Amino acid sequence: MTTSAFVTEATEPDFYHVRTKHKGILAWVLSTDHKRIGILYLVTMAFFFLTAVLLGLLMRLEMLTPGKTIVEPQAYNTFFTLHGIMMIFLFIIPGLPAVFGNFMMPILIGAKDVFFPRLNLLSWWLFLIGGILALVSVFLPGGAADTGWTFYVPYSVRTTTNVLPALLAAFTLGFSSILTGLNFITTIHRMRAPGMSWFRMPLFVWSLYATAWIQVLATPIVGITLLLVSLERLFGVGIFDPALGGDPVLYQHLFWIYSHPAVYIMILPGLGVVSEILPVFARRTIFGYKFIAYSSLAIAFVGSLVWAHHMFTVGMSNTGVFVFSFLTFLVSIPSAIKVFNWIATLYKGSIEVEVPLLFILSFIAQFCIGGFTGLMLGTLAINIHVQDTYFVVGHFHYVMFGGTGFGLFAAMHYWYPKMFGRMYKKGPAVLSWLLLTIGFNVLYFPFFVMGYLGMPRRYYDYLPEFQTSHQISTLGSWILIVGLVIMIANLLISLRKGRRAEANPWGGETLEWKVPSPPPLENFHEIPVITTGPYDYSKYERVVQEAK
Amino acid sequence: MFESSSPYSDFVDATFLSIVGISLLVLLGILIAMVFFVVRYSRKRNPHPTNIEGNVPLEIAWTLIPLALFMGMFYLGWEGYRQMSNVPEEAIPIKVTARMWAWTFEYPNGVTTDTLFVPVQAPMKLTLQSLDVNHSLYIPAFRIKKDVIPNRENVLWFKTSAVASYDIACAEYCGLRHAYMYTKVVSQDSAQFEQWYKAISLGQSKPYQALLDSTK
Repeated sequence: MTTSAFVTEATEPDFYHVRTKHKGILAWVLSTDHKRIGILYLVTMAFFFLTAVLLGLLMRLEMLTPGKTIVEPQAYNTFFTLHGIMMIFLFIIPGLPAVFGNFMMPILIGAKDVFFPRLNLLSWWLFLIGGILALVSVFLPGGAADTGWTFYVPYSVRTTTNVLPALLAAFTLGFSSILTGLNFITTIHRMRAPGMSWFRMPLFVWSLYATAWIQVLATPIVGITLLLVSLERLFGVGIFDPALGGDPVLYQHLFWIYSHPAVYIMILPGLGVVSEILPVFARRTIFGYKFIAYSSLAIAFVGSLVWAHHMFTVGMSNTGVFVFSFLTFLVSIPSAIKVFNWIATLYKGSIEVEVPLLFILSFIAQFCIGGFTGLMLGTLAINIHVQDTYFVVGHFHYVMFGGTGFGLFAAMHYWYPKMFGRMYKKGPAVLSWLLLTIGFNVLYFPFFVMGYLGMPRRYYDYLPEFQTSHQISTLGSWILIVGLVIMIANLLISLRKGRRAEANPWGGETLEWKVPSPPPLENFHEIPVITTGPYDYSKYERVVQEAK
Repeated sequence: MFESSSPYSDFVDATFLSIVGISLLVLLGILIAMVFFVVRYSRKRNPHPTNIEGNVPLEIAWTLIPLALFMGMFYLGWEGYRQMSNVPEEAIPIKVTARMWAWTFEYPNGVTTDTLFVPVQAPMKLTLQSLDVNHSLYIPAFRIKKDVIPNRENVLWFKTSAVASYDIACAEYCGLRHAYMYTKVVSQDSAQFEQWYKAISLGQSKPYQALLDSTK
């Protein structure tokens, strides 16, 4: 991106070393700097993520043998509930937007901060409070919630476990998400640098923009729904509880009206990261910029109309089933468009295979598998068979973990030098990528096989014929965890030991690479003026005149 | 994995396998192109990139071709769903009651069992109700499933094609012993079923006894 009047003073202290009003930890938890808030999110989110990973690991261990392996059924039921709540509300939903969106989005559009810096800090506090509520429920008498992350009524009204703190946690986290979305929409509308028209925005920003609208429009519905479940538990008002004349299917509709769009809150920023990172390592412009940008909006829009495909077995009318299956196929189109444009972006590039690109390649492969199994799930006849089986669990782990999770790892390795001013070691990073990719696929691919053979999800125990698949899967979880430990250790050790990173280690053209690593407090000394699109790598092309 | 257990399950398997086939082809195409480009256009081999901004005919092609494929899949799925939801009029009605964590099957003569006995090749109509929380009646071998929801009567039907017994599972999480809410559907030849049905109608035989006999 060529910019005029571009001044960055390397002598200015970076945002870690700038003088702050408060000292010590308060300089962080009371900071309104979008970069510090991004780091706050990163640290808290990593904590919840690792807790949820541990739960997942224990679940896989329990599945090693039929019957009891390590825990009793009640413990297992709380494990998958907490694993789901934490992974979804505390890791995948806030992951890319709250960490990398907060840190990078204002810089990417040439702004000094987000539009509402204090609201931004409030979002983080709500996030922290929500996370603590989810954890606290584990230690209260009665035990952790055992409803699954979907809180389906009537079970969630009947069970004696601590459903209320978990509901309240999800409610609070919802508010955090809404405020972040509101902040991002306003920032993107109002604070783009001069010359940065909508179609000169980096694609990661486009994906955050589409995501933010879903966050603002859909989250209130689940907030209200979860409050109603709380009312139902406390006072028995009879909205959802069939014993009081309520309708449990109404609950499912209200829940999925949010929670399906939420799936796109989870994946859209991941898709944005791919579009952002590919051109840098292919050293050429993205293929089909406008199609990728518009497809994000299309996903956000059509994705809001497909929620009932989670409910094809509840006994909806045939018309409902027909329409929701049809729309489900339509929403796959924009995702397919993105994948084809990504592949085309590699065509005639000048590709340097660095660690972020490796994670992106795994992302694309795994996202495709997630997408194809999604088509199978959208196909009614197949859906009825594999609904609520391991097939579904495999599908969403391929999209959420194989997609967004790997996208987050890619973003981590891509923006690490910018965020921390240091570079990690390449060897261990490549090794961790290899182990994560192998482990991931060994862990989750057997889920498709088991699912199609009829292994229902949320089962503490299983029939003997599923044992081999379960054992392969558990083996995969061990490979995965080794990769994860190596990755995290490498990133942590490099914080101190890594060599100092230059301002632009990858040769990127977007704005964050024009400011020092790490950036100074208000990012830009002088707001840049934008004159070209975000991925202008024309300077690397062979100059035609030379040949003459 | 794909043995025939009902006419409907054959249809589902055929649909599944054809979509898996198409998916594998496209997936391989994408992966091969991806890896080929990464190798062929590596910075060493291709130090100077070509900036191609896009290509509208290509974009239209890779919008419309998937759209056509997806519509085909949608049609197959809908066709199957219609088969599964149109209950034949002559189907034998059974009342299924789910509770935490067991199934009960009530025959037209009022006798209840914990195992579902059916005559082979006869359509069976299951009317589902729950006494407590949500459950879901799932017969993996027949590729069918329907949620069992309190205050709501859902219907499910099937027809077996062989004399055999198959698992019935609960597919909607329902608490502590959800994973143990298994029972069997036992498909017998018509004469044997008639005999059993007459015997239980007259109270000459305990319905549970028959499970032992038929699985011998």
